Amino acid sequence: MAGLPLLPELVRQLFSRPATNAFPSRHLPPSITGFLAKVARGEATIHPPIPTPPKFRGKIVYDREACIGCSLCLRVCPAHAIEFIPETKRVRIYVTQCIFCSQCNDVCPKNALHMSHEFLLATEDRYAESQIVE
Amino acid sequence: MSAEKAKKTVPYTVPIGPVHPALKEPVMFTFGMEGEIVRTVDFAPGQTHRGIEWMGMRRNPVQIVHLTDRICGICGIVHSLSFARAVEQIAEIEVPERADYIRTILHELERIQSHLLWAGVAAHELGFDSLFYLAWRVREQSMDLIENLTGNRVNYGIVQIGGVRRDISDEQRALVEKGLDYYQGLLDQMATLFLKDSTILMRCRGHGILSGDDARLLCTVGPTARASGLNMDVRQDYPYCAYGDLDVKAILPPPETGGPQGDVYDRIIVRLLEVGQSIGIIRQCLGQLPAGEILWEPKMAKLLSVLKKAEGEGIGRVEAPRGECMHYVKMAGKEAPDSWKVKASSYSNLMSWIPMLQGEQLADIPIIVASIDPCLSCTDRVAVTRNGQSDILTKEDLTRLSREKTRRMMQ
Ligand code: SF4
Ligand code: SF4
Repeated sequence: MAGLPLLPELVRQLFSRPATNAFPSRHLPPSITGFLAKVARGEATIHPPIPTPPKFRGKIVYDREACIGCSLCLRVCPAHAIEFIPETKRVRIYVTQCIFCSQCNDVCPKNALHMSHEFLLATEDRYAESQIVE
Repeated sequence: MSAEKAKKTVPYTVPIGPVHPALKEPVMFTFGMEGEIVRTVDFAPGQTHRGIEWMGMRRNPVQIVHLTDRICGICGIVHSLSFARAVEQIAEIEVPERADYIRTILHELERIQSHLLWAGVAAHELGFDSLFYLAWRVREQSMDLIENLTGNRVNYGIVQIGGVRRDISDEQRALVEKGLDYYQGLLDQMATLFLKDSTILMRCRGHGILSGDDARLLCTVGPTARASGLNMDVRQDYPYCAYGDLDVKAILPPPETGGPQGDVYDRIIVRLLEVGQSIGIIRQCLGQLPAGEILWEPKMAKLLSVLKKAEGEGIGRVEAPRGECMHYVKMAGKEAPDSWKVKASSYSNLMSWIPMLQGEQLADIPIIVASIDPCLSCTDRVAVTRNGQSDILTKEDLTRLSREKTRRMMQ
């Protein structure tokens, strides 16, 4: 018969831990930089970040030495995020344009491209140093 | 006083949308109301065009696969799978068996994830937020599994033309099995929470009714059609991937709950039962997962040259969590396809809103609208080809066409 079957579950939840991932600190510190400095000095601890999954596709890394400039990666990049530089016969990758599909990793004959686990990439400048891989 | 009272009963118009907190996604509704009762319904989709097909027609199939991932944030596998299947048809590519099984496993994990997401949204639309949080907490397990198998939480990037890009290791297999046990244990609890609750029963039983005949006439697909008693499921009727080897039957509301009545409640039942079905399918797949390759052609350069030579037309159909999803592709021996058309499942379901909403109260609109699990970002795309010339329809054209169609259907 119909009733309120969720009630017991709700009561149980009053006594259980939150299911969400913890924030780095339990409460918002008065000064974030001050808090981070304290963490660096070992006076405070933060909740460790949740690890990324094993096959995670984060910011791209490029091994310039291994690359032979075949430009195959340009052909498969769906986002047109890779530019070929004819003078140096090497490529340049614009991270702001990359959609993290890792298709270029699969195609590269020299294994010069990889996806790292880095994902905190936001900046205000599209052409910041961190946003261009070459 | 009496004149004012009379004025209030005269039909008046309530617009809801294009972006409204009561709606999950952007769509413009115009309701003709008589008091609290909805008398006429008109809606205008087409608020989220992104021109993804236009982009696709300037890229090669290997690139497009990654675009298809982004058509929908929920159905990542569905769109890339139907696109890949269309292209595989054209280029006569045979997908290795193991890849077919992996595709199926992910396809079903996605269904679990999507149905639980929907269950949460439905609870939220009823104002039952504690159940919403519970459903979404439970959903996380399937998201974690998908993340583990594909690498990312959304935009999986796992399907490739001719197979899949990542294999399932033994470790991952154990993880999937653990996740399935978790859901198996939860099924009864979820069924009780959703189906035995007096709030849900009150708000959903007998509301938003779509009769079986209407469902057939309006070409409704997926759980919306099955809740109205139509025995249809692409996985059963036109098996693809590994479904031919598996035991899949379309799920209809069971006799214990009074058989198909086509109301919102039945749509909840069908989706909850389908979560159980998906668990069964994944178990079967893991049990008989064949060994072997996962790609038809691991060498990308070779795959690209085969695709470049391919000529012909292909249609990829899959049973998305919301119903049949279809991709049409035409290749003409060039790098990019000549034509690419996406028919998302919600496209077939939107029209069912009209019979469902008529006669209901204003306050029932959110749950009824949500009950077909509309995905408008998937649906909104139109390019018309006439006499070999294509032209893009503007929003005004679409609005006009949609109104005309609605009018035609209501005559
Ligand atoms: S990961 Fe994908 S989008 Fe990014 S550069 Fe490589 S191919 Fe282009
Ligand atoms: S595919 Fe690899 S080797 Fe070729 S240009 Fe790109 S990074 Fe260099």
